[in-house]
Amino acid sequence: MKITMTATIAALVFGLMPFTAVQASPADDVKAFQGFFAKKFKDTKFDDYINGIYSIDAASRKQWVEIEEFPPYELAVENGEELWNKPFANGKGFKDCFKGDVSAIRAKYPHYDDKADTIVTLESAINKCRTDNGEKPFKWKKGKIAEVSAYIAYQGRGQTIAVKMPSSDKELAWYNKGKNFFYAKRGQLNMACADCHVYNAGNFIRADRLSPALGHPSHFPVYRSKWGSMGTLHRRYGGCNKNIRAKPFKAQSDEYKALEYFQAIMSNGLKWNGPGARK
Amino acid sequence: MKRRTFLKGSLAAGVTGATMGGSLLAPNMAFAEDAAAATAADPFAATSMDDALKALGITAEESDKVTVVAPDLAENAAVVPVEVKTSIEGAEEISVFISNNPTVYAAKFKLGEGIDPAVKCRFKVGKTGDIVAIIKAGDKYYTNKKAVKVTKGGCGG
Amino acid sequence: MAKKFKTRLKAKLKDGKVNVKAIVSHPMETGRRKDKKTGEKIPAHHINEVVVTANDKTLLTADWSGSVSKNPYLSFNYAGKSGDKIKLSWKDNQGNTGEAEKTVK
Repeated sequence: MKITMTATIAALVFGLMPFTAVQASPADDVKAFQGFFAKKFKDTKFDDYINGIYSIDAASRKQWVEIEEFPPYELAVENGEELWNKPFANGKGFKDCFKGDVSAIRAKYPHYDDKADTIVTLESAINKCRTDNGEKPFKWKKGKIAEVSAYIAYQGRGQTIAVKMPSSDKELAWYNKGKNFFYAKRGQLNMACADCHVYNAGNFIRADRLSPALGHPSHFPVYRSKWGSMGTLHRRYGGCNKNIRAKPFKAQSDEYKALEYFQAIMSNGLKWNGPGARK
Repeated sequence: MKRRTFLKGSLAAGVTGATMGGSLLAPNMAFAEDAAAATAADPFAATSMDDALKALGITAEESDKVTVVAPDLAENAAVVPVEVKTSIEGAEEISVFISNNPTVYAAKFKLGEGIDPAVKCRFKVGKTGDIVAIIKAGDKYYTNKKAVKVTKGGCGG
Repeated sequence: MAKKFKTRLKAKLKDGKVNVKAIVSHPMETGRRKDKKTGEKIPAHHINEVVVTANDKTLLTADWSGSVSKNPYLSFNYAGKSGDKIKLSWKDNQGNTGEAEKTVK
């Protein structure tokens, strides 16, 4: 039943008929998704979507620019760099897991891993490196994981988001899992991610303006003034779900990994822009 | 710490606005350093603009040579970027007050040599109200303010 | 529980003046907030004094209250030149101190 509802909504949004969510090609979805926002916000340049709400709201953009004068995430990036260079007890370090230049790392995630049949996110790769080397994994949503992620994001700024288009059955399964999550209504307030971030992007809920979903993952991890600290994408997902009185899923759960995968694909073509500073 | 003892001693005086407190806090005090401490200590206990100004023992003249730059609507009330600048000659001190905060007297900046009379800082603004700046130049005080609206957002998390 | 409060300082020559920016990683507790778990008031813990010097000459001193934001930021310009040694030091109401130095490029 949920899928049919999703399909109808998706159809209304994209104006594509006939349409069933699970059968449209991801490439078509990306075109439709990005096209939707281009039409909705005619004055916003495509590349600017990485700045979220600040790409469509001038007043808050001004305050954001002030804050970016000395970005609150700089301290996190510094700490992240220290953690990145610190050797594990066994003498190895992150550099042994993540081969190659550090600036190329951000753009490699998220991606589908065929062997494990799962989506590998940057944070999960960070912790896998630790556990593979006998270290305790970091907690998932904030603190050290966000700092290392911030360092990698900062180094990878400017790289293009280019998640491989899902084509195999397994890849498509994950893709559709994320897509359905995005469009499905949930929680006491019976809202979907799309309700706020697609159909109502730019509108106000009380005093907050809703950011467009296009470009969402690009600026994570994020220093949120409200948190007074850095947080990962999955931290935000959980918070958002709690907001609409839906049960939040665990960070790095299949649901959130699929959602991240879907959102990143929808943002293909934009530039990685992390870490970000938001209210 | 010197400031602490002054705070303890002058607290009662400042809040009730007694004359003894008034003289302790008069800007043209004998001992330069302690005067600074005295004027700083008491106003931090003030819970309203009036009390703070009384504690400081000053009256300030409104001037458009003092500018408070702050957003009309704070995106995040805990981190409101504010800039205070002035073109008044001989500006020595910039004091910032947040009219509806529990601690009204937010900060004081004493300007040294060669510094532009303009300071940027970030403040917590508890309720919709004014950010008031008072500039001290010699024996005179000049003031201006900017209203900042604070509302509850819809996006928690 | 000795916490490290990082002080970060930047000083750059811009349009003929030196622009100084600083951020300190500090909780700036007002003393009014209640701990969500225990219901107890979190004691006031905020920077109360900041001093910035250029080549040991005082540029600015600031008295701060808990009304200054967490991870406080400060920025100003002064008539300086390349090679100036900028130093920012602060202390808080619980006796902690911090400082940072930067040479203007």
